[in-house]
Amino acid sequence: MNKPCCIALAALALLAGHALAAPVVYISSEKDNALTLVDPATLTVQGTLATCKRPRHMQLMPDGKRLLVACGESHAADIIDLATRQSVGRLPLGDDPEAFDIAPDGKTLFVSNEDEGTLSYIDIASGKALKSVAVGKEPEGVKVAPDGKTVYVTSEVAGLVHAIDIATAKVVKNIKVGKRPRRMAFAADGAELWVTNELDASVSIVATKDHSVVHTLRFEVPGARAADITPVGIAITRDGARAFVGLGRANHVAFVDVRARKVTQLVLAGKRAWNVSLDKAEARLYVINGLSDDMTVIDVAAAKALKTVPVGRVPYQAVVVE
Amino acid sequence: MKLRAALAALAVGAVLLPAAAATLRATLIVPADDARLERTRLERAYLGHPGGPARDGVQLALDEARFELDAAGSAVALDSVGAATLDAARAAAQQAEKAGAAVLLTDLPADWTRSVAEAVKLPVLNVGNAADALRQADCRANLWHLLPSERMRADALAQALVARRWSNVLLLSGPSASDATRAAAAQAALKRYGLKLVASKPFKLSADPRERELANPLLLTGGAAYDAVWVVDSDGEFARALPYRTALPRPVVGDAGLTALAWHAQFERFGAPQVVRRFAKAAQRPMTAHDWAAWVGGRALVAAVVAAPKGPAVAWAKALAGNDLDGSKGVTLSFRAWDGQLRQPLLLTDGQAVVGSAPVDGILHPRNALDTLGADAPERLCKARS
Repeated sequence: MNKPCCIALAALALLAGHALAAPVVYISSEKDNALTLVDPATLTVQGTLATCKRPRHMQLMPDGKRLLVACGESHAADIIDLATRQSVGRLPLGDDPEAFDIAPDGKTLFVSNEDEGTLSYIDIASGKALKSVAVGKEPEGVKVAPDGKTVYVTSEVAGLVHAIDIATAKVVKNIKVGKRPRRMAFAADGAELWVTNELDASVSIVATKDHSVVHTLRFEVPGARAADITPVGIAITRDGARAFVGLGRANHVAFVDVRARKVTQLVLAGKRAWNVSLDKAEARLYVINGLSDDMTVIDVAAAKALKTVPVGRVPYQAVVVE
Repeated sequence: MKLRAALAALAVGAVLLPAAAATLRATLIVPADDARLERTRLERAYLGHPGGPARDGVQLALDEARFELDAAGSAVALDSVGAATLDAARAAAQQAEKAGAAVLLTDLPADWTRSVAEAVKLPVLNVGNAADALRQADCRANLWHLLPSERMRADALAQALVARRWSNVLLLSGPSASDATRAAAAQAALKRYGLKLVASKPFKLSADPRERELANPLLLTGGAAYDAVWVVDSDGEFARALPYRTALPRPVVGDAGLTALAWHAQFERFGAPQVVRRFAKAAQRPMTAHDWAAWVGGRALVAAVVAAPKGPAVAWAKALAGNDLDGSKGVTLSFRAWDGQLRQPLLLTDGQAVVGSAPVDGILHPRNALDTLGADAPERLCKARS
C-alpha cells in the first residue's frame, strides 16, 4: 500500500522538476491581471498565472530565479518565483509604475512613476522607497548604465531623456531626442544609448560620454506612411552588433546593423508590433502585438516569422526564461 | 457699464516662470461672461460642449512642460483676459500685442475671433470655435485652429456610417442659425461619402400639442425608412433625449448617440488616460474635447519655444506654423497650410466609451488620411492663404 504511493509521488516530483526546468516565455497583458505562459518549443500557450493589476514591464532579478512584474494599478511589482511559477510576494513601487531597471549590484531598483512624473529608487531587500527624482511627464523607459553610475529615463511628454546621476539623485542632463521617446538599449559596451521615438519614426543615438545625440536613425517601410511608423520596443544583441526595433503601427520589426546604423531587414509581425525580446541564444525574437492581442515569434537568422500566438488582452512584453 | 468694461479689461495674469533669457508671452482672450459656462449648462455636460474655462487646458500644458522648457532655457508666460464684446476682444488683442505678447489664444465667438485675428499681426490660436467660416471665407493667414471644424466632425461621422453601411440617413435639425449651418455641413458630408439623405426635417423643443409634428420624436422619425437618424442640435437638450425614442429601432448620430469629438475622457490609447488624469487632478473635472484643444494649444506654444529657444517672435510664429505636435492621439498632428486647421484623428463616442476613431480604416487619401476630414487643399476655400 505504501510503496505505490511513494513511487507515484517520486514520479510526480520528477515530472514537475522536468516541467519546471523547461524554458518558458512569460507575457504580461495590461488588461488581464495575469501573465500568459508560452512554451517556446511548441509555441503554444501552456496556461496563465494570476498576478497584480495592469501588469506591464517585466524583468528578471539579478539572481535569475525570480521575475519582477510591474503593475500600474497595484502600485507594486509582483515577485514570481520561477521554480514554482508562483507569486511569492510584492515589492511596492509607488504610484502607477510603468518600467524599471535594476542597478548592477542588484540592490536598487529604479522605476518610472507615470502619473507623478518621477523616477523612484526602491531598495529591493526592504521594499523601501529611498529617493525620488522629479522628471518630465509620462516617464517611461528606464535604463541603468552598465557602470552603475547613471540612470536614464525617457519622458514621453517632454521629448527628453533625463540622465540622472545615481549617487546625487540629480538630473545632470536633459537630452532632447525625438517626439515621444519610449524605450532604450545600450550599444557599443555602453558608449551609446539607443532611444526609440514613437512619434518621430526614429531612434536617437546618444553618446553616453557627453550625452549628445550623435545620430538619428530614421525608419522607412515600403507602403507605410511615416506617421504610421511608431517605434517603441528595442533589443540589442549582447555583442552589440544587431538591434531589433518594433515599428508599432507599421506592423514590422526592423533589424538594424548597429555599427553601420543601417536597417538590414524588415520583418512583418502583427498589429502595433511594439516590445521585443530576445531569447538567450539570440536565435528568436518575441514580438508583442499590442493591437492584435498576440505575439509573433521571429526566427532571427532567417528574418522570418515562425508563428503568431494569441496571448492576453493588450499584451505588453515578453520575457524568455531558460 | 464702465465697471463692466474695467472688469473686462482686467487681466487675470499669472506668470508661469520668472523671465528667462527668452520668455514667450501669450495672452488668452475669452468671453467675460461666457453663457456656455453657466452652471446649469455645465451640469448637463453635453458632448461637444465646453466643460470649463479654456485656461485650464492651456495652463496644464505649460505646467507639465517645465522640464522641456528648462532644458531649452526658455519659458512661456500666460495671461488671460475676459472681453465682454467684440470690440473689447479686439482692444484686448491690440493691447496684448503692444504689451509684448508673441501669441494670442482665443476661445471666442466666430466673428470675435475673426476680428481679433484682423486686429493684430500675431499668430492667433483658436482653441474653442469650430465654425467652418473661420477656416474658409473668413480665414486669416495668422489664424490657426486647434479644435476640429464642424466639417471635420461631420466627415468623421459620415465615415463611420459608411463603414457600417448605414447608408440611408434621416436628418433632423434645430431652429438656430448655428443648426442651419451645421446641418448644411452634415448634408455636405453625406454627399461627400455617398450616403443617401432620406429626408431632412426641422425639430423644435416644445410641449405644445399644436406643434407636435415638430416636437414629437415618434412623429419626426415615423413614415420613412432609414438606417440612422442624424440630429443637429447645437443646444443639446432635444438631441439628448432622442435615442431610443425613434419610430424605428435605428441608431442616432450627430449631437447625441454617436458623436465625433476631438477627445473624450474615456479614450484609453496612446497615453490618453494619463493626460485625462493629470487634467482631472489639476482642474477637478473630466477633460472634454474643448479642454484637449486648449491643452494642445499650450503644447503648441511649448513646441514653438523649444524649437526657437531664443526667439524672436518671428521665429516663434514660424515654428508654430511648422511644428509637429503630440496630442496623445497616436499620430503626429500638424497644421494644414491651406486653412490653418490642425489635422487630427477624431474619436467616435456615445459618451460612455470611445467606440472608434476617424479616419476609419479603408478611407484613403493620396497624401495623408487625416486630410479626409474637413476641407482639403484642392478646394481652395481659404483665399487669405492661397
